[in-house]
Amino acid sequence: MNKTMTAADVVGQLKDGMTIGIGGWGPRRKPMALVREILRSDLKDLTIVAYGGADVGMLCAAGKVKKVIFAFVSLDFIPLEPFFRKARQNGEIETMEIDEGMMLLGLRAAAWNMPFMPTRIGLGTDVIRVNKDIKVIDSPYDDKEWVAMPALKLDAALIHADRADVRGVCQIKGPDMYMDEQMARAAEKTFVSVEEIVDTDFFAQGDESRYVFWERSMTTGVVEIPGGAHPTSCNPAYGFDIPHTKEYNAFAKEGGFEAYADKYINGKTEDEYQQLVGGLDAIKALPLPVY
Amino acid sequence: MSTPAKDYTLADLVIAAGAEAFRHDGEVLATGIGVIPRLAASLAMKSFNPDLMMTDSEAYLLSEPNPISGRSSHKGQKSETWMGFSRIFDNVWSGKRHAMIGPTQVDRFGQANISALGGSYEQPKVMMLGVRGLPGNSISHANSFFVPNHNTKVFIDRECDLVNSIGYNPERLPKGYTMDDIDIRIILTNLCVMDFNGPDRKPQIVSLHPGVTVEQVQENTGFELHIPENIAETAAPTEAQMAIIREMDPKGVRLSQIAS
Repeated sequence: MNKTMTAADVVGQLKDGMTIGIGGWGPRRKPMALVREILRSDLKDLTIVAYGGADVGMLCAAGKVKKVIFAFVSLDFIPLEPFFRKARQNGEIETMEIDEGMMLLGLRAAAWNMPFMPTRIGLGTDVIRVNKDIKVIDSPYDDKEWVAMPALKLDAALIHADRADVRGVCQIKGPDMYMDEQMARAAEKTFVSVEEIVDTDFFAQGDESRYVFWERSMTTGVVEIPGGAHPTSCNPAYGFDIPHTKEYNAFAKEGGFEAYADKYINGKTEDEYQQLVGGLDAIKALPLPVY
Repeated sequence: MSTPAKDYTLADLVIAAGAEAFRHDGEVLATGIGVIPRLAASLAMKSFNPDLMMTDSEAYLLSEPNPISGRSSHKGQKSETWMGFSRIFDNVWSGKRHAMIGPTQVDRFGQANISALGGSYEQPKVMMLGVRGLPGNSISHANSFFVPNHNTKVFIDRECDLVNSIGYNPERLPKGYTMDDIDIRIILTNLCVMDFNGPDRKPQIVSLHPGVTVEQVQENTGFELHIPENIAETAAPTEAQMAIIREMDPKGVRLSQIAS
């Protein structure tokens, strides 16, 4: 089986109104090239599930989003995502604001074909007051009440990984796979952009297979896009692009997202995008963050 | 060892006071979010509670905390196990953790908010981070707060605009729960240390930083504080603690993290 495709093929499989999970965490290992391909498309009314960063901000700013399911949206070194803020403060998007761990539980429930996961999380807080869809239930085993975190079923998951073979064996070599595994398992279809496509035998070397966190049956398509996480990081290959992210953030104050998109995304291929941000070699030279 | 330091800043005093919050925690994950809470946890681990666990703020648990400044990479750090975000939740839900975070709002029940200010849930006036991990943290393990600028905008006279974390609010106590299921330890500020050990879990002043008065704290707090008979002066860091603080923050990034 050969699951390789292009970013345009991936977006061709997405439809208006879909619920889409986006892997990564804040400014870390986001499938930004796939996000940019969505920005170039006519897709709309998406529900986005993410540990959000610029991916969520850009999609909101471009009017692609109906609803965001989130615990945070942050650029980390710039704490607040400027375009997500605008969208929220203008009341432009619906939201399901939940705890980071609740999102994990919702994804697990979907992955395991369960309607919900019981948890304490959210009790006593406004999370259960503002989210009318999240029910609080009695337990058959004790006298406490429990939050029934509903399954977060994804129509599609978009993930960026380090490498894959053509059959969809995907490797994440960075220090954390975040909740990408759960996203892949919760999704009907999972599309993974990767830094490189490798031979299947690659994974037989040393302990390379230890860095593969889901089976290939969970992978629908793989797209080779080196540098495809830019401006987010893809540790250990490259860090996040702080100057570019600052420029992006500045567009929120002056020019707006449309001006950013005109400069970097609209009518431009991913190769042209990379040239505009300094080229692939420059991306690969971005220093890793130190916390 | 216990010689009080002569040369220290407010940041150092607050770090030393914050470290005390972790003194009797035993073997738990100490998570200090932000420069001063992280240095407080580091100081506790490197002095009186070596059993504490800390992460590298990325994906590994460390046997020795990383300095917060003056490093150019994660190479050579003392990793002892993988601790990615999914495993952090395993730890959180086990209860073996004490987090110290910096909320934007705290109310008289110890409920906190980092999500949004004003307006409505559908359209907040000011969108901030989102609730992040506060709901889960607050009902799972011990929590403390650090507030670098003690004022009535943080310590508000009403409930938080969006209640992110459970506190000692009888109206919101879930079925089957008691107040003992909630564990808010200290609130550390640029003026004082407070806790919720007043009558009926009323917030109270525990210690005042040198030169700060009870009146000053109450004036800058939007809710009524319990004023115990004996209020200590916040203890100065020792010379040995100052050596650790300087080793953990050679560049002095802590100095800009607190209002004087």
